[in-house]
Amino acid sequence: MTEITLRSPLQPDRLLAPIQPERRSEMYWLISDSWIMAKRSTMHIIRSMDQVLSLILFPIMFMLLNRYVLGGAIDTGEVSYANFLFAGILIQSLAFGANYTTINLAVDMKEGIVDRFRSLPMSGSALVIGHIAADLVRNVISGIIIIVAGFAVGFRPNASLVEWLYVIGLSLLFTLSISWLSAILGLIVKSLEAAQWAGFVLIFPLTFVSSAFVPTETMPRAIRTFAENQPITHTINAIRAWLVGTPLEDSALLSVVWSIALIVIAVPITNWLFRRHSTQ
Amino acid sequence: MDPRQSNAADNAIVVRNLQKSYKDFKVLHGIDITVRRGSILALLGPNGAGKTTTIRILSTLLPPDGGEAQVNGFDVVNQACDVRSSIGLTGQFAAVDEYLTGEENLLMLGRLYRLSQADTRRRTRELLEQFDLVDAARRPVRTYSGGMKRRLDLAMSLIAAPPIIFLDEPTTGLDPRSRLSMWNLIKELARGGATILLTTQYMDEADFLADWIVVIDEGKVIAEGDANSLKSRVGADHVDLTISADSNFALAQQAVDGVQFQANPEQRILTIAANDGVTTLRNILRRLDEAQIEIEGLNMRRPTLDDVFLFLTDNGSHEHAKEIN
Ligand SMILES: Nc1ncnc2c1ncn2[C@@H]1O[C@H](COP(=O)(O)OP(=O)(O)O)[C@@H](O)[C@H]1O
Ligand SMILES: [Mg+2]
Repeated sequence: MTEITLRSPLQPDRLLAPIQPERRSEMYWLISDSWIMAKRSTMHIIRSMDQVLSLILFPIMFMLLNRYVLGGAIDTGEVSYANFLFAGILIQSLAFGANYTTINLAVDMKEGIVDRFRSLPMSGSALVIGHIAADLVRNVISGIIIIVAGFAVGFRPNASLVEWLYVIGLSLLFTLSISWLSAILGLIVKSLEAAQWAGFVLIFPLTFVSSAFVPTETMPRAIRTFAENQPITHTINAIRAWLVGTPLEDSALLSVVWSIALIVIAVPITNWLFRRHSTQ
Repeated sequence: MDPRQSNAADNAIVVRNLQKSYKDFKVLHGIDITVRRGSILALLGPNGAGKTTTIRILSTLLPPDGGEAQVNGFDVVNQACDVRSSIGLTGQFAAVDEYLTGEENLLMLGRLYRLSQADTRRRTRELLEQFDLVDAARRPVRTYSGGMKRRLDLAMSLIAAPPIIFLDEPTTGLDPRSRLSMWNLIKELARGGATILLTTQYMDEADFLADWIVVIDEGKVIAEGDANSLKSRVGADHVDLTISADSNFALAQQAVDGVQFQANPEQRILTIAANDGVTTLRNILRRLDEAQIEIEGLNMRRPTLDDVFLFLTDNGSHEHAKEIN
């Protein structure tokens, strides 16, 4: 039952007295709008139970399952499985977290609120930036939970402070690139279900066919070639090297190049998709 | 007063030869609309007529394919940002953020409209009060009732006190009482000096609210005027003839062929515009008599906007300009 009747009549004169907008630079408004959108997207995460639960439970569950169910059967050489596993779980959780960018964006695009935003004098890219910033916040929290869980199952890094900073920096850059890619998906898919599927169908194989949970040496040739040359493996190898002293080789460099390249490609595509979405 | 004849400076919205296609499907075939400052214009048309498309173009959500449109003196394509600062849009479905509270929704919108922090807070407080949302201000919108969402939606489009307000089917889905309340709200807003362009499928709504009515169908303007002039266009009085169940309704229709009439086979009613008053009526009755059609009832009345609409849009009706004599 809708109820529109007001208790006291409107005061149209007061309601419609003209208001001067604030005069600021374009840059100020881009930052202000993005900040507002990031707060909004963060609120969505905090206030939706399933997102909070998956944020906390997912990494812990994977950590426990891998460590105690698979761990005994996997030979990681001189490195203990708990030490080997940590980088894999971290990057996998961050990748899965980015799926919420797809989902949340797809939900937004379906609802009237995006039309409202687009009818405002706000910056066009702020909505996507907001989702990606919120994703970053979620993934920082996720990362902290994984570190705690890791220590609980026997993860014992020997990284220096500088190496820890490298780990954090590379993880954030990786999150950023995968969030932008997820934003593309979010703008393409036609339904919420498709958004969820797209994430699983892409992220599951990509994180499994990598060095996340097992050394790549045991994989069949074709799969191994793929696994050893994809960005998730480079990122995991670099983080693992910094944390527990496995060989670094050129994994850090390759990871950075991949992430930056993906961002450079994805940003204009998302902008284009966002504009196109609404003009048809 | 006819807005098409007014000064350019008096016009809040000017639309000329507006065209739009979705892929190969042409939706707007050259629409012209002029809305005077401070007036209410109703865009009246059936489902699929192109009302929402027009509103979306005027609020810069869709680019037009041809023609031009100015809102508050700004071009919707080249000066989209100035247009956006001048308008408040309330769409067909509530565009509120369900996870935020009512207050957060308003605060967010105020800043996105480029109001200062202080103005945003002041307006939020005022609008929560005006729209009876103070008690619910700190609750997530998904806990709101339908009516509360509608009120918040309207409040959100008013946060920057825009001079021009677009309302796309503002009363669709409302119960009769709420509908009346919404009508009063809209009237109040116009009294405050706002220019309002609303769309509706209901003639009585256009009749009650609008200073000027533009009737569109299949992307074309088929008539415009104030409610009275539109009604008088349909002719003088209307006669509803109820055809007896014993007689053939299709035969009755044939018998009056050549007259401006509308047929309602389910209720077996023929509605005839009696342009020549009693003369028309006598003619009709004679023809029906000759065709041996029995008439069960006869009712003479003034035309309503419904008649206007049905006669103009050809919606399952027959329009014959010829008159009999
Ligand atoms: N995005 C779209 N793609 C294709 N056709 C559309 C789209 N939006 C609307 N239409 C079609 O355009 C016509 C006009 O639609 P609309 O402007 O929504 O009408 P109204 O609001 O008067 O009901 C309808 O036939 C509708 O099916
Ligand atoms: Mg519509």
